[in-house]
Amino acid sequence: MSLKYIGLSEINGPLVALEGVKGIGYDEMAQIKLSDGTKRLARVVEVSEDKAILQVFEGTRGLSLENTVTEFEGRPMELPLAPEMVGRIFNGAGRPIDGLGEIFPEKSADINGAPINPVSRVYPQNYINTGISSIDALTTLIRGQKLPIFSGSGLSHNKLAVQIVRQAKIADESGKGFAVVFGAMGVKNDVADYFKRSFEETGVLSRVVMFLNLSNDPIIERILTPRCALTCAEYLAFEKNMHILCILTDMTSYAEAVREFSSSKGEIPGRKGYPGYLYSDLASIYERAGIVKGAEGSVTQIPILTMPNDDITHPVPDLTGYITEGQIVLDRTLEQEGVYPAVSILPSLSRLMKDGIGEGFTREDHQTCANQLFAAYARVQDAKALASVIGEEELSASDKAFLNFGRLFEKHFLGQDFNENRSIEQTLDLGWALLSQLPREELDRVDEEHLNKFYDPGALVALGYD
Amino acid sequence: MDVIYSVNGPVVKVKGTKSFSMQEMVYVGKKRLIAEVIGVAADFTTIQVYEGTTGLLPGEPVEGTGAPMSVTLAPGIITNIFDGIERPLNKLEEISGAFIADGANVELLDTEKTYDTTVTVKVGDRVSAGVCYCTCPESAVVIHKCMLPPLSKGGEVTWTAENGEHKITDEIIRVKDETGKETSYTMMQKWPIRTPRPCKERLPISRPLITGQRVIDTISPIAKGGTAAIPGGFGTGKTMTQHQLAKWCDADIIIYIGCGERGNEMTQVLTEFSELIDPRTGKPLTDRTMLIANTSNMPVAAREASIYTGITIAEYYRDMGYHIAIMADSTSRWAEALREISGRLEEMPAEEGFPAYLPSRIADFYERAGYVKTLGGNEGSVTIIGAVSPQGSDFSEPVTQNTKRFVRCFLALDKNLAYARHYPAINWNDSYSEYIDEIADYFKENVAEDYMQTRQRISSILSKENELMEIVKLMGADVLPDDQKVLIETARVIRVGFLQQNAFHKDDTYVDLDKQYRMMKIILLLFDKANEAAGRGVSVSSIRETGWFERLIKMKYDIPNDKPEMFDEFSLELTTQLDGLEAQEE
Repeated sequence: MSLKYIGLSEINGPLVALEGVKGIGYDEMAQIKLSDGTKRLARVVEVSEDKAILQVFEGTRGLSLENTVTEFEGRPMELPLAPEMVGRIFNGAGRPIDGLGEIFPEKSADINGAPINPVSRVYPQNYINTGISSIDALTTLIRGQKLPIFSGSGLSHNKLAVQIVRQAKIADESGKGFAVVFGAMGVKNDVADYFKRSFEETGVLSRVVMFLNLSNDPIIERILTPRCALTCAEYLAFEKNMHILCILTDMTSYAEAVREFSSSKGEIPGRKGYPGYLYSDLASIYERAGIVKGAEGSVTQIPILTMPNDDITHPVPDLTGYITEGQIVLDRTLEQEGVYPAVSILPSLSRLMKDGIGEGFTREDHQTCANQLFAAYARVQDAKALASVIGEEELSASDKAFLNFGRLFEKHFLGQDFNENRSIEQTLDLGWALLSQLPREELDRVDEEHLNKFYDPGALVALGYD
Repeated sequence: MDVIYSVNGPVVKVKGTKSFSMQEMVYVGKKRLIAEVIGVAADFTTIQVYEGTTGLLPGEPVEGTGAPMSVTLAPGIITNIFDGIERPLNKLEEISGAFIADGANVELLDTEKTYDTTVTVKVGDRVSAGVCYCTCPESAVVIHKCMLPPLSKGGEVTWTAENGEHKITDEIIRVKDETGKETSYTMMQKWPIRTPRPCKERLPISRPLITGQRVIDTISPIAKGGTAAIPGGFGTGKTMTQHQLAKWCDADIIIYIGCGERGNEMTQVLTEFSELIDPRTGKPLTDRTMLIANTSNMPVAAREASIYTGITIAEYYRDMGYHIAIMADSTSRWAEALREISGRLEEMPAEEGFPAYLPSRIADFYERAGYVKTLGGNEGSVTIIGAVSPQGSDFSEPVTQNTKRFVRCFLALDKNLAYARHYPAINWNDSYSEYIDEIADYFKENVAEDYMQTRQRISSILSKENELMEIVKLMGADVLPDDQKVLIETARVIRVGFLQQNAFHKDDTYVDLDKQYRMMKIILLLFDKANEAAGRGVSVSSIRETGWFERLIKMKYDIPNDKPEMFDEFSLELTTQLDGLEAQEE
């Protein structure tokens, strides 16, 4: 029986201090019982010989210096794990909230995880077909990758995430099935509902584990949510050999929780008030993706974050981009022009793409086609800028051709229906057909051989586009 | 016995003790976590722990080792992969599986493996610090030379082991110094990571580090023994550029430090480098490479140490007379580790929360590069190429700015180039190299007499284009006079045909200096001939119709690396065709 401590010596925001304690370990969990019988979880964030500082997950409302009993658990925060978690809904701290009762844990694991040894990793090379042209062709998603969606408030990132979950197909059939782990940090009630409903409608709910921390839930619990979700994902992937797609939304709310917690501890702030360790903290989440030797499963992460004021240089998207293996950036102008999904391809990137496409994975001409599409679309931006100054009439013939290409590309290639699932062949053929709308000599990233094979100005009409 | 007083993240304090010295390596807690003393005061000793501190209790023991944080130097380093404090990751995998556990104490280097050793001194020889006393093949391309440690007094050899298979802990020689004291040496020595290894003298920089990357070798060359920084926002290709340099640069040994970066990238280096063949030796690239992997989710204090571990190992191989290139990816993560620890120590922050000693730490690091005469009398060099990840792609942030002060070659990566998939996305206008004058003679003697003039003309075309683009952006290219149109077209050939380089193309991934020179020459020939034709009244559009601009853009693929004579054919054909152009009547 462990010792119980009555009362507290200080309360400051979500932090409480206890004096005269012995044998408390760093990062240890504790339960604080209030006089009305309710319990709250807390974690040790600093210890010294006779004093411990604890962070209370459910907030310190109602706590006084005298009405509490604190009991230390002697171990860090652990999440009970069982294969039956698939299909269940948990709160942000990993407790079931779907009314189906507790799970019977097979084991528990420290939610902080441990870093994967780089020599134990398998380099991700198998692509995931999402059926979305802009992603499949230009920012290909690879199994074991972490590829965030950079979005803004009001953009259709949730819709895109649902479409990816619904359409995601894995090229080969290894491993024991496919499941989605969904971690929601500080999302609005109706957004969580939207995901739940969409998963239900598409019949994937039975394959989804949900961890929900809604926007009115305690912010400190928000710090646990992605860690719980990833602990569950790692368990299913590396011990149960499943392929896991982990969607984490919204990472900006998470980072704000980290900031709030840091400032209440009185730490020295870095950029925009975020603590100096935000990079390491985000890395401890994002790096928990990948494939390890000896396990057939994989963890693929799609974190979603909203860029405050659509600013990609804001610390959260900025640090995220430095850790993740690329990014899919959504663009407000495209969205307003009615393009769905509004993927802005120039700042978007998939770092693992180059080794997961081409012969044996997608198609031999994939890289060439993608390079030329990127280069041509970059030219479109120059032509647009020039047109806005001197007017479209005054443009040279080649600039006009690029403007026309740009319009067709946005309409037919980027734009696609929420229910449209394009195969990689369809996507690449469409890409070549669009490129063929440009004069042949402008395709400077393509060699003769490919030009002979794929350059066909009539192809776009033949494919049924006008 | 000293015990832990408090724990806050990686920072542990011990109360009221005098038993520790600054930068001493200590073991913390029952798990014996590796740690280093970073502050000593009358009331508290401050220690930073290189592993996770979860579950550490006040009252657990802290044990000193009496020695500063050091690396073990012996055969077995090359081809290996370590974490930030030189623990071999393969061994850690054997102990704790795919996930790294805390408190895994492993031997740093394999003490069971034997090496075919040749003793190079005999009894009676006089030896001094830095003298090599035995050699052994460490990998297929690296001969390891064991040298008397820099601080040893030297003296007379009194005993040597036989040639043959030896473990690194075997005694190889005994040396009697002037006082008559006999010391025995194995193949292993230790050196504190924060102290530069001494050398006899620093030599002036005179040779380029040839990378086979056109934009680097011609626009802003790196020198052997020099320093270079590669700053760029995410997605601009810092890591890609570092990988290309690690693969193709003409150093003898590559030390690649993955400092706070992605785990999958290190795996990529591991797999890719073992498959790629080094054109100079015909052996896999791993045979000349050692890796330090401290990924972004591994303990932050070890990230801070990884840079020093890497540079110390580099200096050790430099002392053997090798040319080493260090790739540090990324130094910003290292600076952030400094900031994080500084914050935990509650030090007064300077800019953006970084500690005030950031500039001096950056300077200390880059100053450990150099071209030197070693204690043993050899020539060797350490070249440092550090990636910088500026926050928000803003080059005015403290790490980029302070790095810029201490490096002499600056390869600025540009977001807009990367967005247009112009790779390597090194901006030719923002980048510079201060080594050009010092290595000019090398180019003159080894490539061509007029190499420097040629590269100068190429740069000036690019900088003129940059000015003209201001006008073009406002009014379109059609308003320019003919000579400026020719210049814009030529600049496009330089940008697309020369500066852009395809890392995935078998020929284009590495291009030797001779081909680089010939490519520049033929572009300038086109420029001159086109200007002449325009001077005769030939319209720019008819010059364009000859197709030569497009042909030169694709020459990097069309002319294989082993057929330089094709350039002559190209030049001849080009001259004939452009000279034959006649002015047309309106």
